[in-house]
Amino acid sequence: MSVLEGFRFRHVSSPIHRRDPRVKFLYVLVSFIAAIMFNELPLLLVLFFLPTPFVLLAGVQRQWLRSLRGAMFLASFLFVFNLIFGFLSPENIPKTMSPPEYAFAMSLRFLDLVESFSIFFLTTSPDHLSLALEQSRVPYEFTFAFTTAVRFVPVLAEEAQTIMDAQKARGLELEKGNFMKRVRNYIPILIPLIVSSIRRSLELAEAMESRGWGASKKRTNLYALKMRRGDWVLAIVSLLFLVTVIYVRLYVPVPTFTMLLPH
Amino acid sequence: MIEVKNVNFTYPTGVEALKGVSLSIRNGEFLAIMGQNGAGKTTLVKQFNGLLKPTKGEVLVDGVSTRDISVARLARKVGFVFQNPDHQLFSETVEEEIAFALRNFGFKESTLKKRVTWALNLLDLTEYRKTSPFMLSGGERKRVALASVLAWNPKVVILDEPTIGQDHRQKEILRQFIVQLNAQGKTVVIVTHDVEFVAECSPRVVLMAQGQIVADGDAKRILTDPDVALQASIVPPQITQIFLGLTDLGLPTDVIDVSEATKALLEYLEGGNC
Repeated sequence: MSVLEGFRFRHVSSPIHRRDPRVKFLYVLVSFIAAIMFNELPLLLVLFFLPTPFVLLAGVQRQWLRSLRGAMFLASFLFVFNLIFGFLSPENIPKTMSPPEYAFAMSLRFLDLVESFSIFFLTTSPDHLSLALEQSRVPYEFTFAFTTAVRFVPVLAEEAQTIMDAQKARGLELEKGNFMKRVRNYIPILIPLIVSSIRRSLELAEAMESRGWGASKKRTNLYALKMRRGDWVLAIVSLLFLVTVIYVRLYVPVPTFTMLLPH
Repeated sequence: MIEVKNVNFTYPTGVEALKGVSLSIRNGEFLAIMGQNGAGKTTLVKQFNGLLKPTKGEVLVDGVSTRDISVARLARKVGFVFQNPDHQLFSETVEEEIAFALRNFGFKESTLKKRVTWALNLLDLTEYRKTSPFMLSGGERKRVALASVLAWNPKVVILDEPTIGQDHRQKEILRQFIVQLNAQGKTVVIVTHDVEFVAECSPRVVLMAQGQIVADGDAKRILTDPDVALQASIVPPQITQIFLGLTDLGLPTDVIDVSEATKALLEYLEGGNC
């Protein structure tokens, strides 16, 4: 559950936590676009280390590292698969890269994506997020569903732990067997988790309706988001970054390690 | 059998749930662990089958430290029935649900069939053999969960909050069942808030508060001691409260269940005190 840990918000205050969520989302979007646009390892490495100052400024390095460690499993998966397919059909990967470099670049790209989303969720409270969505004229039903989903992540993680304990107490060994067996070992965990989630969502819906949810069409908020100077700065920096990234993609030839190595 | 030696346990979140707990449970004993929410009851019993390992100190089950043995191996000896059956039910039929643990423990197919039939019978679930556990009522699901643990015949059975969400009749059936299990030589540990239920069973009571054991002894002694009860924030059974209020009539103060109370009152009345 360590990946989920990395997306769990804790109430702290830092220059990053205080930024307008819309601007932070713009930043995430830009890093997302940047990671998608490049498959060259050197640039993906740069992208990987670029957010470090943000993380340190926000003081969330521990949770951030934990989310990366959680993502490692999937990343190594991507590495192995890309490596196999790179060797099997080299025509599908760019000519400038050797299969191992390509495979490494692909899993690093995945980590780049996880990392930027993790920073966003670690530094943005669900309340701020819902405000941001509402002020972007997203219908309240969707906003509410989204923030509820985010809010229930820790509850779900805790429940998954209890279910794992309950099944272990009945002799289930998650780490036993070959790959397919291990995947199957998770069925006794997933079914109770899904069933109780559905049950809980029905209960939540009933509880909300009995408290008059949706009774008035027009909603007002106690707080409204306002762009401050720091928000404008971050927005401009993000946009400049986007322009730079596009410029580099179009006009600057990006080297790969395979090209740099002497043959 | 289960030996808890000066155990401290701290959750990764930093919550210190057990502080220097020592306890020893003999074979065939019937134990109720009581105390308010957050006293550390569930944390303590999770040490017994190795789901949680002590941060300091050690827990020995049949002389083997829980650190040196997997949960799956320990579970063979120590069965644990969780509070909420919905945290474990996942199979298509009740029968499969009960067979799950037996498969994990590598029972032979023929033995497995016999054990499943035995467990279904034991908890009066035979008619639901082919029913989906999700179609059953709350009380029935709880019985399926219990059957799925008893099926492999563990030496120790731990029941976490067995009485929650059960009506009076179900509770009474459960009580008789637990007493019967214990009479057959099983070690039974229940974790509960339900003083009336404990009073009716009268097991050995271990009272916890803030991660420590504050009292340990006979149900009669512990449940009728107002000071001890106060310390652990539990309320003595209602019948005990009445007798504690009537001490100046010369009535006994150590009454914990209704039949005892009736006897004491009859004796009092026959003594010409009306």
